[in-house]
Amino acid sequence: MKVTIDGIEIDVPKGTTILQAARMIGPQVAPPAMCYYSKLKTSGGYCRTCIVKVTQGSTANPTPMPKPVASCRTEVMDGMVVQNYTSPEIIEARKGIVEFLLVNHPLDCPVCDQAGECKLQDLGYENGSANTRYEFKRREYEVIDIGDKIKLHMNRCILCYRCVKTAEQITNGRVHGVLHRGDASEISTYIEQAISNDFSGNVIDVCPVGALTDKTFRFKQRVWFTKPVEAHRHCTKCSGKARVWLKGEEVLRVTARKDQWDEVEEFICNDCRFENKRTSDWVIEGPTQVSRQSVISQNHYNHLNELKVEAMKHQKALGFMPLDKKP
Amino acid sequence: MGRKLLIHNDKVPGINTLEVYRAHGGYSSVEKALKTMTPDQVTDEVKKSGLRGRGGAGFPTGLKWSFLAKPEGVARYLVCNADESEPGTFKDRYLMEKIPHALIEGMITSSYALGAKRSYIYIRGEYFYVARIIEQAIAEAYAAGWLGENILGSGFSHDCCVQVGGGAYICGEETALLESLEGKRGNPRIKPPFPAVAGLYGCPTVVNNVETIAAVCPIINMGGEEYAKIGIGKSTGTKLISASGHINKPGVYEIELGLPVEEFIFSEEYCGGIRNGKKLKAVVAGGSSVPILPTELILKTAKGEPRLMTYESLGDGGFITGTMLGSGGFIVMDEDTSIVKNLFTFTRFYHHESCGQCSPCREGTGWMEKVLKKFLDGTAEESDVDLLWDIQSKIEGKTICPLGEAAAWPVAAAIRHFKHEFLEIAKKKKFDDVSHYNRLNKIHA
Repeated sequence: MKVTIDGIEIDVPKGTTILQAARMIGPQVAPPAMCYYSKLKTSGGYCRTCIVKVTQGSTANPTPMPKPVASCRTEVMDGMVVQNYTSPEIIEARKGIVEFLLVNHPLDCPVCDQAGECKLQDLGYENGSANTRYEFKRREYEVIDIGDKIKLHMNRCILCYRCVKTAEQITNGRVHGVLHRGDASEISTYIEQAISNDFSGNVIDVCPVGALTDKTFRFKQRVWFTKPVEAHRHCTKCSGKARVWLKGEEVLRVTARKDQWDEVEEFICNDCRFENKRTSDWVIEGPTQVSRQSVISQNHYNHLNELKVEAMKHQKALGFMPLDKKP
Repeated sequence: MGRKLLIHNDKVPGINTLEVYRAHGGYSSVEKALKTMTPDQVTDEVKKSGLRGRGGAGFPTGLKWSFLAKPEGVARYLVCNADESEPGTFKDRYLMEKIPHALIEGMITSSYALGAKRSYIYIRGEYFYVARIIEQAIAEAYAAGWLGENILGSGFSHDCCVQVGGGAYICGEETALLESLEGKRGNPRIKPPFPAVAGLYGCPTVVNNVETIAAVCPIINMGGEEYAKIGIGKSTGTKLISASGHINKPGVYEIELGLPVEEFIFSEEYCGGIRNGKKLKAVVAGGSSVPILPTELILKTAKGEPRLMTYESLGDGGFITGTMLGSGGFIVMDEDTSIVKNLFTFTRFYHHESCGQCSPCREGTGWMEKVLKKFLDGTAEESDVDLLWDIQSKIEGKTICPLGEAAAWPVAAAIRHFKHEFLEIAKKKKFDDVSHYNRLNKIHA
């Protein structure tokens, strides 16, 4: 099926969504997505940041679609023509969506653990406006513990439903969900029941904002002062492939590996995430490739190879031999 | 005197019982359909009748039925949307309360056409006593053999169940209704797939309004072509209108589509004019979500033609100078009404009823309410009018379901036609409510 997005044509298989097709072309046309997560079924459609304009429905039926559509949930048709960044209307509409997402979001980035790897920061910076027109009190909730390892800051939540879908699809038995409705909606556990499941920690990784944070990492360090490295360990519950965030020799936190679109490649278990916080627990493969635009890359990876050599030295000193990888 | 097809018997004592209903010609459409017609013939009659959905959108019912996917071995469902929650609309309640069997008769006939072995009537939680009435009627229908196995020896079996909702406006949106019916949180689904392909429990489903389903009975009885003769153009048949507001005779009226709006408001047969000898100021013609129109535009179109109670005439001029027939919730306002306060009430409602799934509606409705509250408090600036306009334009068309639009349209229309009221408050820094209610409150206080 041929689809044209912002003037670039691509051939995609049937059943591909507009967003996936746009990602195949590349980041220059891919719409931002706050709730869609390719690894989670039925995700997407809620945040509306990925809306695009369909100027031609298909070759067979060339009429344009009357309203902007959520690209993450709309499948392409043969001969579809889509406008994303080339449509001033969409850019303006997206600006509106960003504003809506921010009206109840506290601007507590300076004390938020997510700062630096927050999708909402990126979204606001790239697609939002500089000022806010919202002058009222934001909604407020108590910060609650859901389980002994996860903290929920409901104030920051943008209700993307990713954590709900994660719990539903990769853990056995979801015990948290959305309570109430409208702008009083909140993510909560069933009568504040703790989430105690081997894979519950993944909700932290899928959260696009700082609503769900890792209690073992909270307030320890700004992410841009830590160095992410790819590492693995033997694990019976998951693949054991993770990203370890180092500060000197200390493992500050462990997350799943994320791809170009900031989506988890493989979900990891709570043992890997929370219980293995020594460098010796991990076999370090090498530094993570961090995009030059990311704040995390600031001041760090001018000499990727040097760092890699350093990591290997480190492993040798601890008595571990790295896998047969050349630096 | 217009023809009445749905509530012509509403004053007959005992019409809520099967016996009296049957004595007045009830269930004849079931008899006719099951004994002399094939399901496709029933659908064809409905198509010929030109019946359009009475819930608000006005989508042709016959066409909707023909979209129903019919894969082998998969159950199909008919769901009746009795979650009548649009402010200003109370026609379905009247129909179900007075003549419950009209709905059940329509359910059986429609289900026969669609091949649905089971149908559901989803009633909003606040209509609990109506649900009791319907349940009573269903029990009577079962006892008399109108429901159950092998109805009238035709080989067609049908079960009809009542489900009471939790009282959420959003559950009137058809996919949210289906979610709720399945026992889940009443959040609208993302379409496609449409219910006609994957609806209730993933099976093909038709969702119709109470009045639409009840209108199937006269269509089968009199024939689709005969029914299509009532009304004008593509607006055929009769429509129940819930008239409320500052009129002498509020209530539910059955009108022939094509009745002039002026006649409907001022004639003794219908609303009986504006009460207390006041002047007409504005009308919301089809339930709170449709655009409000000032007197000059509701009585006459922008072209100067008299405005008629039809889908086309009320829609004439688009949203710039027109509105919609919608669900038929006809709210009349007299000269003392504050449009700003009325708009605040509507917006507060939409804020309260937003499901919270998608961001424009979740955050935008609350924001609009807060800005409007500033007007009532007398703290608004002139720039707040532009802000309101901008917020509504950023909600409209960006949401999963039509609730976003339902919240945005009234704001847009109020600013479009009554901007001076907003500006006046902003300039004076004071909100003067001279409405009747406000004066009454002052007297009592």
